[in-house]
Amino acid sequence: MEEKIKTTAVIDSKIPEGPVAEKWTNYKAHQKLVNPANKRRLDIIVVGTGLAGASAAATLGEMGFNVLNFCIQDSPRRAHSIAAQGGINAAKNYQNDGDSVYRLFYDTVKGGDYRAREANVYRLAEVSNNISDQCVAQGVPFAREYGGLLANRSVGGAQVSRTFYAKGQTGQQLLLGAYSSLNRQIKSGKVKSFNRYEMQDVVMIDGRARGSIAKNLVTCKLERFAAHAVVIATGGYGNTYFLSTNAMGCNVSAAMACYRKGAYFANPAYVQIHPTCIPRHGDNQSKLTLMSESLRNDGRIWVPKDIEDAKKLQAGQIKGSDIPEEKRDYYLERRYPAFGNLVPRDVASRAAKERCDKGFGVNNTGQAVFLDFSEAINRLGIDVIRQRYGNLFDMYEEITDVNPGEKASTIAGVDYYNPMMIYPAIHYTMGGIWVDYELQTSVKGLFAIGECNFSDHGANRLGASALMQGLADGYFVLPYTIQNYLSDQITVPRFSTDRPEFEEAEERCQKEMDQLMAIGGKRSVDSIHKELGNVMWDYVGMGRTKQSLETALEKIKDIRKEFETNLFVPGSQDGMNIELDKAFRLRDFITMGELIAYDALNREESCGGHFREEHQTEEGEAKRDDENFFYVACWQYNGDDTKAPSLIKEPLHYEAIKVQTRNYKN
Amino acid sequence: MDNAISFKLKIWRQASPQEKGRFETYELRDIPTDTSFLEALDILNEQLIEKGEEPVAFDHDCREGICGMCSLYINGHPHGPATGATTCQLYVRRFRDGETITVEPWRSAAFPVIKDLMVNRNALDQIQQAGGYVSFNTGGAQDANAIPISKVDADEAMDSASCIGCGACVAACKNGSAMLFVAAKVSQFALLPQGKPEAKRRVKAMLAKMDELGFGNCTNTGACAAECPKNIKLSNISRLNREFVSAKCRD
Ligand SMILES: Cc1cc2nc3c(=O)[nH]c(=O)nc-3n(C[C@H](O)[C@H](O)[C@H](O)COP(=O)(O)OP(=O)(O)OC[C@H]3O[C@@H](n4cnc5c(N)ncnc54)[C@H](O)[C@@H]3O)c2cc1C
Ligand code: SF4
Ligand code: FES
Repeated sequence: MEEKIKTTAVIDSKIPEGPVAEKWTNYKAHQKLVNPANKRRLDIIVVGTGLAGASAAATLGEMGFNVLNFCIQDSPRRAHSIAAQGGINAAKNYQNDGDSVYRLFYDTVKGGDYRAREANVYRLAEVSNNISDQCVAQGVPFAREYGGLLANRSVGGAQVSRTFYAKGQTGQQLLLGAYSSLNRQIKSGKVKSFNRYEMQDVVMIDGRARGSIAKNLVTCKLERFAAHAVVIATGGYGNTYFLSTNAMGCNVSAAMACYRKGAYFANPAYVQIHPTCIPRHGDNQSKLTLMSESLRNDGRIWVPKDIEDAKKLQAGQIKGSDIPEEKRDYYLERRYPAFGNLVPRDVASRAAKERCDKGFGVNNTGQAVFLDFSEAINRLGIDVIRQRYGNLFDMYEEITDVNPGEKASTIAGVDYYNPMMIYPAIHYTMGGIWVDYELQTSVKGLFAIGECNFSDHGANRLGASALMQGLADGYFVLPYTIQNYLSDQITVPRFSTDRPEFEEAEERCQKEMDQLMAIGGKRSVDSIHKELGNVMWDYVGMGRTKQSLETALEKIKDIRKEFETNLFVPGSQDGMNIELDKAFRLRDFITMGELIAYDALNREESCGGHFREEHQTEEGEAKRDDENFFYVACWQYNGDDTKAPSLIKEPLHYEAIKVQTRNYKN
Repeated sequence: MDNAISFKLKIWRQASPQEKGRFETYELRDIPTDTSFLEALDILNEQLIEKGEEPVAFDHDCREGICGMCSLYINGHPHGPATGATTCQLYVRRFRDGETITVEPWRSAAFPVIKDLMVNRNALDQIQQAGGYVSFNTGGAQDANAIPISKVDADEAMDSASCIGCGACVAACKNGSAMLFVAAKVSQFALLPQGKPEAKRRVKAMLAKMDELGFGNCTNTGACAAECPKNIKLSNISRLNREFVSAKCRD
């Protein structure tokens, strides 16, 4: 292993004074603002049009800033946020079931296994209520009750119903809401929209982020953009694993560009594996499909009690519906009576792996468990269940040719319906670019919002909380906090993109593209990416050990070498070149993969989505080590992708919540 | 091989907007039927790259039928033969062994080809920018439950709002009209109290923009709704027409 490079950097998270419930109010009361006339003189680059980017760009435009907004898709509306299914949380307590800002705050901190920053989470819970108000005002058609009021449901990790939803298409409707506000600003000229543009680098002038180099994906040409501040909202890094529930274009390149410019990368090891995805079908698989978590409200997860039944299922001799109630092991209900099928994602995923590792998997690969609606359909009727999950059932059928709403057998007078098969898959990344309370990175003038920052979910994210965080950051937090930074920038004139800093950055990006084109090897981008993905899943996946992580680091080194010497990118740079775009992203996934492994190796404890097999209780539950690891791990770049990064620790301080062992049993 | 088929793909190749395109035929062997159609194209592309050729460019992202990025005119149908599904939700099991599958880009004056199967659908964004929103600034909202909305209206608005902006309706229409797409957004807001104050301005602005951008007129052939992957109903167009007439009457 390389020698660790010592760093002297200290972390200032800029958490405001006062009790946790008053910090945000205090902050807003005392922060500096920019007056309307001066806003017109300030330009802000917002990279990304997901929930975080679109809401931020629209709001900053409404406030009077000039916004340059980028996305890699052909329209802002297609950002990956569109795919979110289940819903968005708010502490409205409309159901009168005892919810409150404090409870949402508490649940999020606990769900995150006490590794999130208290102050940020409280603010998130506080503004959650504004988000649902905002979205309704935009015309988002949330589900309603017959009385005309908003409907709610509960999702994993919560004992209250605080989730607002729009069928199984909540992300779509929220994003279209933000997109509509964005469109209004584009029409007014306050936001300029650049579609099919990919940010390749941040441009620094005198130690501050002042612009970007972006590639026009249609022409394959680099272009320069200057601004007073740069905001990245470019989503998570789940595709490092090749197969994930993320959209095909999700990438970590913008975040890596920031990291190389000195922005710390925090907690990269915290990766969320979602328990309810459709199992892999084969080597040609390009992505994994999530089945919404909301299914766990009425669906029960099981494998056979009897290993012989499991073997027959694996051999295709019997079907799930052939196995009667008393021979089913509802292992989540058995192990976690208080939360049952609604335990948080990390717990549910590991429990599935545990059963499959023991040989109880239910499909030909042995890597699947059942999600069954028989009991709910028998209790509520198929119409009610279809009303709730109809589109998810259809989606499942389209992919697998099995209809979960179809009666398959009657045994001893009990009707059984086709169960779904599910297995955990990479879904969300809690780690990300480190930001302070103001969502500013460790680089001045560079901000990170949404999934691409690390801020609010600790070591594990609760269901329906990513949409909440993305919109909180974009509508209600960044538009305030960025003003505290910009207030003394009003006299800074616009920078010319002819400056040497832009010249140099563009040249460097061009050189990198030329290099990738020139390798002239034999391997396609995808073939190398799949190899990386397999290493990540096998050695840096659901269960990690010191040895597996060291193996991963070795293997990734080889993959990097293969990439640098044996990659083949066809075509030219005379116009759109999709393989070149993918090659550029893969280069960054390789560096990201190493970063995840470094962090996982350092964190000698199990917490949330990070499970070190050496650190578990006798019952197989995650064992945290608060004495030694009660900190945010911030990784600093050391000038070269092949050099190991340096670790800087941001200690956590809890005032309002007592740190406890997570317990979902009683 | 069981559960695997072989087929030919006759695919439109066009290097750039300026160049003339042509069909090329490729063969794929022993593709498992549970492979998605786009995964079959991935396999083809891997084979092309192996031969040193450029892969076929096509748009895609979520691969689960929600982002609206995928397109493709497959065997004469936008999004292929399945109803109520996008191209990315199409599986190889839909096709027959030995079949030749023809794959073209969306064909419409308003959607110029960028490369191969990829087109520019920016015009759809421009229509939305003309009026597809409620003019409301972040921050000033009243409580979310302050205005009750009947479940029937909310559900119907949700159905209209399900449009993914893919443009299949335009590709399906012999006139190249974007009427269903516009009607879906107009309807969503027409059904909700939040949309009422600007209803008249919205419908006029969006239709005017549609005309300006070179989309054709709607002659009620219904091909759009038949091919829409999200089952956006023709009744949205009737609602749009009513909204438009009532807006005009006030002029
Ligand atoms: C299938 C699925 C279901 C989910 N369901 C839920 C749910 O029910 N509830 C919930 O709370 N969360 C859910 N999540 C998580 C949630 O959807 C995401 O965390 C969230 O939408 C991320 O939003 P974002 O704005 O940060 O990023 P994204 O939506 O990923 O947007 C990233 C943006 O950045 C752009 N971009 C990326 N790189 C570049 C670059 N280099 N240059 C220019 N632009 C770039 C992209 O074009 C895009 O516009 C789900 C996630 C998945 C995968
Ligand atoms: S109306 Fe249907 S076909 Fe047309 S853009 Fe919307 S989803 Fe696509
Ligand atoms: S790729 Fe997103 S809808 Fe097909």
